Amino acid sequence: MDSFFVITSLLKIVGILFVVILPMVSYAVYAERRVSAFIQDRMGPNRVGPAGLFQPIADMFKLLLKEDFTPRAANTFYYWLAPCLAVMPAIITIAVVPFGSTLFGVPMIIADVNVGILFVFAIASLGVYGIVIGGWASNSKYPFLGGIRSSAQMLSYELSLGLAVIPVFLLVGNLRLTSVVRYQIEHGWFIAPFVGDWMNPWKWLLAIPMIISFLVFLIAIFAETNRLPFDLPEAEQELAGGYNIEYSSMKFALYFLGEYAAMITGSAITVTLFFGGWHFPGIPDGSHGWIFGLMNIAVFFAKVAIMIFIFMWVRWTLPRFRWDQLMRLGWLFFFEIALVNIFIVAGIMAFHQS
Amino acid sequence: MPPFLFWVFALMTLIFGAAVVLNRNPVASALSLVVSFLGLSALFVSLDAYFVGIIQVLVYAGAVMVLFLFIIMLLNLQAEERHRINWLASAGGLGVALILLIQVVFTIRHFEAARQTFPALSASTIDDVRNIGALLFRNYNLPLQIVGILVLVATIGVVLLSKREPR
Repeated sequence: MDSFFVITSLLKIVGILFVVILPMVSYAVYAERRVSAFIQDRMGPNRVGPAGLFQPIADMFKLLLKEDFTPRAANTFYYWLAPCLAVMPAIITIAVVPFGSTLFGVPMIIADVNVGILFVFAIASLGVYGIVIGGWASNSKYPFLGGIRSSAQMLSYELSLGLAVIPVFLLVGNLRLTSVVRYQIEHGWFIAPFVGDWMNPWKWLLAIPMIISFLVFLIAIFAETNRLPFDLPEAEQELAGGYNIEYSSMKFALYFLGEYAAMITGSAITVTLFFGGWHFPGIPDGSHGWIFGLMNIAVFFAKVAIMIFIFMWVRWTLPRFRWDQLMRLGWLFFFEIALVNIFIVAGIMAFHQS
Repeated sequence: MPPFLFWVFALMTLIFGAAVVLNRNPVASALSLVVSFLGLSALFVSLDAYFVGIIQVLVYAGAVMVLFLFIIMLLNLQAEERHRINWLASAGGLGVALILLIQVVFTIRHFEAARQTFPALSASTIDDVRNIGALLFRNYNLPLQIVGILVLVATIGVVLLSKREPR
């Protein structure tokens, strides 16, 4: 625990949080509005600054200056606590995601724990408390229904989420996210294994269950982050906005930040697990010079941005599921697919090795 | 890990554990239990037992307590908040806890092996997930299968009980 380690860790935490994640969240909101406008053939926000680029800053001032109203019947302490609980888990999760190779010999990951993916799931599963407590503490019907829906939905889809990544770790052999990236550098990305001995038919046989597991994981991530087509907790037409109706001003904004931060973290984990993390064919890692280290980081966040775009694309393309359809889909379809998928991968691996 | 962090997390676990019993609001009790679990998992992590610590959060704080909260909120328990404290029952509970504490202290004082300071576990280079998996599936495979069948039977029972009768 020398001072060099402490200083670099602090730099990484501050850098990733204030230079990358928070601006990314506010510009994800802007991007969402522009993308939705593009998809619906509208203009979107384009007045504040060039192409509307200062819109997030204007939004922030608007939200800060609005009246912060607490309903009299609300349970004040929990009413204030809930928005904070909604933001924290999404931001903590990024700690174990490798967002670059090395820069000046310092690994670009905040904490390389040996239970990486379990840490992600554990912290992400705490995200439900922000929504449930917010819905309950508002002491109002619609937020309460939103909170109840959210807890049921997140519990159901956590199972598919956890089972969908097991094939990845069967192949990699341990739960570190850095090992997942290293495995993909040697053997090719899980969804597109073109690197190395790509003529080997076994690799392509393994790529089929990998694609299934990627699809299940992606859909479960949509459900976990409460994004359309699974945004039942805040279904506007049924619940008038769901768990955040009674919130105003910055507390409402915190819920928004939480949702977008969860989306960014979800994209980062998807990229790490299935798209090779910071690896791009032809770009060596950071040990060959700091310029390559920076390029690795840029590649990672470019991939994350593409994933975020897919999130938005899906949101503005697909209609929302009905509540019972959502539960049936989670329990009777994705759960079984993920389970069978594990057996398929294990079977292929057993045959391959013998 | 610095010793003061041990005290922080130990106090966190104990204080919020007490808050579970002392809170009159069932939702507040459930949330205190969550915080208590988080403190406990931090203690596990400080011993380099990452897997156990994380599973503590994943299973108890992330899944079991969400279900508890779900049920408590659905039932909307108001009666418990108005309920007056039964001093006799509280005294009984305190007595049992005190007897347990005395027993633990007495045992530790007379059990030589428990009083020495153990060396720290080796650093996080060991892959504890692999170790636990190997132990479970190689050495204790039969007990694991039996537990699996028990859980399966319980699951089938739950499905049978919660199934609606066709009208």
